[in-house]
Amino acid sequence: MSTNKEAKAEFDAAPWAGKTKRYDIVKEGTIALVFVFVLTVVLSLIMSSPDEPPLTFKGWAVSNPDNLYATAVQELAGTSGTATYGGPYNNASDGLNVGPLWLQKWAGVTHPIDAANDFVITPLSTQVLAPEIANAVATWKSAADSQRQAWATAYDDAITKVEGKLSDVAVGAYGPVPVLAQGLTDMAKSGALDAALLSQGGFFQTDNTKQILFFGDGAYLDDAGTAANLQGGTWGMMNETGRYPGQAWLWLYSFWYQIPPFNNGESKPIGANADAYIMVIMGLLSLGLILIPIIPVIRNLPMRIPIHRGIWRQYYQSQGIKRRKM
Amino acid sequence: MSQMWTAKLRNKWQKELPIEKLLPDDQPAYVSSWIYVFGVLTLATLAVIIFSGIILAFQGPAWYHISKTGKFVNSLHFWSVQLFFVFMVIHLWGKFWMAAWRGNRFATWATGAVAFIASIATAFTGYLVQTNFDSQWISFEAKDGFNSVGVGAWFNVTNLGQMLLLHVAFLPAILGVLTVVHVLMVRKRGVVPPIDSEPSPVNEASK
Ligand code: HEM
Repeated sequence: MSTNKEAKAEFDAAPWAGKTKRYDIVKEGTIALVFVFVLTVVLSLIMSSPDEPPLTFKGWAVSNPDNLYATAVQELAGTSGTATYGGPYNNASDGLNVGPLWLQKWAGVTHPIDAANDFVITPLSTQVLAPEIANAVATWKSAADSQRQAWATAYDDAITKVEGKLSDVAVGAYGPVPVLAQGLTDMAKSGALDAALLSQGGFFQTDNTKQILFFGDGAYLDDAGTAANLQGGTWGMMNETGRYPGQAWLWLYSFWYQIPPFNNGESKPIGANADAYIMVIMGLLSLGLILIPIIPVIRNLPMRIPIHRGIWRQYYQSQGIKRRKM
Repeated sequence: MSQMWTAKLRNKWQKELPIEKLLPDDQPAYVSSWIYVFGVLTLATLAVIIFSGIILAFQGPAWYHISKTGKFVNSLHFWSVQLFFVFMVIHLWGKFWMAAWRGNRFATWATGAVAFIASIATAFTGYLVQTNFDSQWISFEAKDGFNSVGVGAWFNVTNLGQMLLLHVAFLPAILGVLTVVHVLMVRKRGVVPPIDSEPSPVNEASK
């Protein structure tokens, strides 16, 4: 039995000694190239390609100023998504884990973000400010940490209490926070915030981390994602804007987010750590793809399910080879 | 003489992949199915991707937002990538059902599979450097996955500069090398014989 297997393996590995036929691979390749090129040109002419302009802070400030304002307060109070994120941006949380593996924490803080300063104070400081706002910035900068925290948290809580309806916020000891938030909103309206977040007062910049993270802390990006049908719960990662095909090849990755326990953020430990578990699963499956030829059962599927009879039909017929039981 | 590294390399090369094997003008008689075309189509599409990508690279990532020509070249790049994945996936399934790793062809399969994964990484970074709403969205969403397993500490999807360099330099270079090795390995070993095939009378008047 095993010698039979070995003989087959040797036969499969040996140079082919049976019948051959003329076959012009260079011609085949050239025809393929011309075919594919023409097909691509035709598709491009008929369908073009997707290009929704990027969203801007200006757009956010104009269309939903209260939300940008409230988000700025969260950045100052340290309650925003970014401020509470953990690695690689800060130490505010341990991040996700897979069992005993706290990879997110272990990787450390490699892209430090201080939400209050990087998102609010530094951008404001790059501007020529109205005296009122300049005073607020100075007051914030000279105050003790505990004092800043008290102001910002009190205001953040007050806004949360009235569900973001700024006109209903009760009076309180908010220090310079309301003026800072208004200053940032006005700065965004003028279009100056986008660039200031990127450059942080410097010159060359190619890293959009701070812009993207601040953006995502608010509702503007999220709402736009929902409107464009891009949310993760609806296979979003795979989709493109408009009617274009997206990264359909990510279907297996997106798939896990659609089913329990991964789609339930409340369920512990897996749902709450879905991002990490799914990454690990996909890593293992990728390894599995590479190793298919040595994985028992799976590697024998092609012998058991006779699709090869169709692929090589001519050959089997001409040689009178019947299907063998394995 | 035979101790020379150069001579050794040449001899090994000549023995394992002589030009007749690299560019053969015949193939085993069983190589007659449309499924064999998909490897070549994948290769051809990769050439179109690289060609259109080089043009885009010359003009920078913002070109296609403002230029009609740029938009057209971007469309070429976009659609050739879509076709590339279609062809590659059909190729992959074809090779699976042919159990084309038989007869010492594991490395051919493995380089193909790694090329598939490298292609996904390359395409993914491509979506990130579109510099449009889609790339804003994808980078914000995708960062959590990478961060959650610590990878985000070095592979930062919200860093446009890093993604752009990986997309136009490092990842295509990897994919290119994998593809060359993959195809050379196919040529070296010859096309895998059919499942259940057996020796037949040699070459009788087959040409
Ligand atoms: C960059 C992507 C790829 C390119 C350009 C490519 C190209 C090719 C070409 C030109 C051939 C020879 C013609 C043919 O049999 O179709 C081939 C053979 C092969 N490919 Fe790929 N391929 C790619 C990806 C893959 C993937 C993802 C797999 C599977 C995981 C794979 C597995 C194989 C195998 C096993 C063979 C050998 C078939 C034999 O010996 O008969 N390839 N590939």
